[in-house]
Amino acid sequence: MTSGGEMWLDRDAGPVVRSYALTRGRSRPPGATLGLIDVVAAVSSSAMSTRGLGPEHRRLLDLCRAPAAVADLASEIDLPLGVVRVLLGDLCEHGLVSVVSTTRRSVPQESVLRSVLDGLRAL
Amino acid sequence: MDSGLSNPTVGAEDPPVFTKILIAGGFGVGKTTLVGTISEIRPLRTEEELTDVGVGVDDVAAVEHKTTTTVAMDFGRITFPRGVVLYLFGTPGQERFWFMWDELALGALGAVVLADTRRLVDCFASVDYFERRETPFIVAANCFDGAPEYDPVDIRDALDLDPDVPVLLCDARRKESVKEVLIASVTHSLARHWSASC
Repeated sequence: MTSGGEMWLDRDAGPVVRSYALTRGRSRPPGATLGLIDVVAAVSSSAMSTRGLGPEHRRLLDLCRAPAAVADLASEIDLPLGVVRVLLGDLCEHGLVSVVSTTRRSVPQESVLRSVLDGLRAL
Repeated sequence: MDSGLSNPTVGAEDPPVFTKILIAGGFGVGKTTLVGTISEIRPLRTEEELTDVGVGVDDVAAVEHKTTTTVAMDFGRITFPRGVVLYLFGTPGQERFWFMWDELALGALGAVVLADTRRLVDCFASVDYFERRETPFIVAANCFDGAPEYDPVDIRDALDLDPDVPVLLCDARRKESVKEVLIASVTHSLARHWSASC
């Protein structure tokens, strides 16, 4: 026997906990569905209760200490988007994160287009 | 209870500006290559319940159909100064993922339809989609080794594109070429922006 207690499963074996278990069976977030590049940021007040939150909630909260896009968070935490949206919806309901929608406008502002153009040219 | 929604407390000195360009086109046309050439590519999975998996016939016949499936999406990020971030999303090519397109297209700065001149028919659906949605798009023909070189004019005719839709040739493996494609996309969106506000 090795003392380290070798892992029986690695990441290639797939998730040990099914996605639905992480969301307690929910496939839809409690509030509005977040867009892929909506900006999520942890609210700095520490007075909010984090009771009832699972480890994935806490990891997400940690990841959005600096404002981050929903897609980035999903990629970082390595969970499917649908799951991350439900979990972020919970954090939103708890008042632990703020969300700024980037898709409210159907077309980005001209200033955004110009910034991207300048950025691309400078690459 | 404080909802937090109207309470931006972080990053007030430099609020991030996130925007996105869609990379569309048929299966195997080089979308993943294009995204990886210019941006930091990141894994992104979406897991969706698929109750109508039998409806569309797709080109990837080997993919096992299940009631729930995990789809890996092409997802790239280019970070510019002053908090501006451009995300690139490759649209899933298979028909059964069309439901995701509306969300991907919402608020997008523009779209690039990547075409393979040997299989132009594969990008008809993308062209049609962006035309209907009025999303500004350009067509970039990915020049594969050994594929006949076409004149962009011929590609425009074959796809029956509006005269203002830019068509260019590219090599998805070369950074400079992909940069040109993205610049063309943003430039086209700006032009559309101006013509809409006139």
